[in-house]
Amino acid sequence: MAAITMNHIVKKYGDGFPAVNDVSIDVADGEFMILVGPSGCGKSTLLRMIVGLEDITSGDMLIGERRVNDLAPRERNLAMVFQNYALYPHLTVYENIAFPLRLAKMPDAEVDKLVRDASATLELDEHLERKPGNLSGGQRQRVAMGRAIVRQADAFLFDEPLSNLDAKLRGQMRTEIARLQKRLGITTVYVTHDQTEAMTLGDRVAVLKRGVLQQLATPRELYENPGNLFVAGFIGSPPMNFLPATVEGDSLQLPFGSVRIPADKASRAAGRGLLIAGIRPEHFEDASLASADGRGGSTFAATVDAVEWLGNETYAYIPFEAPAEVREQLQQLEKDLDGEGMRTQLVVSLDGASRIAEGSEAEIWVDASKIHLFDPATGENLTVDRERAGRIPGAEVAAG
Amino acid sequence: MKNRIGTAVGCLLILVWCLLPVAWIVSLSFKSQEAVKNGSPGFFPADGAGAGWDNYQAVWDNEQFRRAILNSIGISLIATLLSVVVATLAAYAIARLEFRGKKAVLSIALAIAMFPVVSLIGPLFDMWRATGLYDTWPGLIIPYMSFTLPLAIWTLSAFFREIPWEMEQAAQVDGATSWQAFRKVIVPLAAPGVFTAAILTFFFAWNDFVFGISLTSTENARPIPASLSFFVGDDPFNRPASLLAAGAVIATIPIIVIVLIFQRKIVAGLTSGAVKG
Repeated sequence: MAAITMNHIVKKYGDGFPAVNDVSIDVADGEFMILVGPSGCGKSTLLRMIVGLEDITSGDMLIGERRVNDLAPRERNLAMVFQNYALYPHLTVYENIAFPLRLAKMPDAEVDKLVRDASATLELDEHLERKPGNLSGGQRQRVAMGRAIVRQADAFLFDEPLSNLDAKLRGQMRTEIARLQKRLGITTVYVTHDQTEAMTLGDRVAVLKRGVLQQLATPRELYENPGNLFVAGFIGSPPMNFLPATVEGDSLQLPFGSVRIPADKASRAAGRGLLIAGIRPEHFEDASLASADGRGGSTFAATVDAVEWLGNETYAYIPFEAPAEVREQLQQLEKDLDGEGMRTQLVVSLDGASRIAEGSEAEIWVDASKIHLFDPATGENLTVDRERAGRIPGAEVAAG
Repeated sequence: MKNRIGTAVGCLLILVWCLLPVAWIVSLSFKSQEAVKNGSPGFFPADGAGAGWDNYQAVWDNEQFRRAILNSIGISLIATLLSVVVATLAAYAIARLEFRGKKAVLSIALAIAMFPVVSLIGPLFDMWRATGLYDTWPGLIIPYMSFTLPLAIWTLSAFFREIPWEMEQAAQVDGATSWQAFRKVIVPLAAPGVFTAAILTFFFAWNDFVFGISLTSTENARPIPASLSFFVGDDPFNRPASLLAAGAVIATIPIIVIVLIFQRKIVAGLTSGAVKG
């Protein structure tokens, strides 16, 4: 058990490109830390630097109190689960799990006890004599985890462990990993590109973009107080809507009409000209249903282009025109998020009971208190609640 | 059904094509010398022309032949072992490391394999005479190694390239040194490749005639193929064909044994379902 501290970690490849750029993350003892971001954001590189499979260009990597920058992987006492499991195909499941113990020259009796403990935990008892080639994806995944938990490692590292499983199994294994981590109480660093895994598993989540740490916060903080456009767009599904907006007094001009927003938010964004407003799909509602609940807030009328009814909820799509200035920023954002340059449209999540039809004019209610306003040039969130946003590296520097 | 008959006929044809000469040698080895000299056209020895195991007995009793067998086994095994060990290490480096001149190493290795053996005999003969390697085991082991190494390196580096990096990395995280990761994970996974390389090397060494006859002068190091050519008997114009046949049959036995042993290992197909399925 140990805390992992990364201080100003930089990784530059031969061509001078920084894959990881000045990242500082502290993982507390027993904490479940998620590194998340789109492909190429440096999250796996960071993980491999922790475990020692990549050299660190500059900065300090501390495990416990020990600086491990120059230690070989085997001297760091960490356990890692690889994306493709990396099981040894020539060994049985039993020997796969026992492998780290055999390397440590542990007596056979002890090896046997530890392997049987681990296999009981992971329900692998009946497969111990089989070869990995004959196992299903989920079973291989469990063997890989067995190999990690069998020895007393200081921390677990997971490199996208669920990406090779199908959707149903992924959900099950996710819960399994969370349960195991809580029970063993061992420091864990988990890399994923899937924001659902990040939100559900992590005590805290570090969002990375092109090698730079964007925000380090709890899932709730990330969701409610994203530090910038990128985090706002990355966390949440369906993603946050981004609309061009201008502030006049305490009313916000949106493509569909104006909405009154809380005075403190309005004051922080006042006099900045064209902004990007971020509104989550679930902060909209069918106006007729919202007024029945007696919810306050603004409503606007818009033509619904397409409707997807999912039973418990309905997604309605409302296209809009964005000014060139905003559109460019949004397209860049889409690219950062690994998305396609789609048309600008508003996705609203309505109650399943809503009867709004395709092509019709609908009255939509919006929860104005949840709107975030972003600077289109820097992407910075102007209305972020710093008390509840964890750590936003860029903003610290600006504030300090 | 039709398909199976076709397959059976095809197999039979190929078997006859391949095994007829071998079968004839075996038949010859059981005929007496007299019968061969007088002409003995049948596959099975005619009445009174059969020699039973006499030819084998005679060949085996020949001191020169026993030495040759020993030389061949010793030289081939040592050359195979050294060649495979060196090739495994070299191929691993070529597959895994980025170093200057990697391309050069590979292309030079290939160039060596393409070199005609005959053109090297003259210089080698001179060099070996000067260095005292002439007519010794190392004098044959060295050329065998240098001619089989390129192929072994190419085969093995292809095998190593197919083994995912993660295997070693997982082993290293599990607490293995680079050497342990190589020995306990990579080599077992590349076993089919190692055995393929071993078989090819052994064949080359065992079947070689040119080096064997040019670089030796006594039974000190003379291997079987060369030795058989010196098996002239009493009358140089009338070679003891049936004795030679018996010698040839004995000489093929080790090859068959080795192939059977290694074949098992190759078929074991260790990498099946290696990483993901």
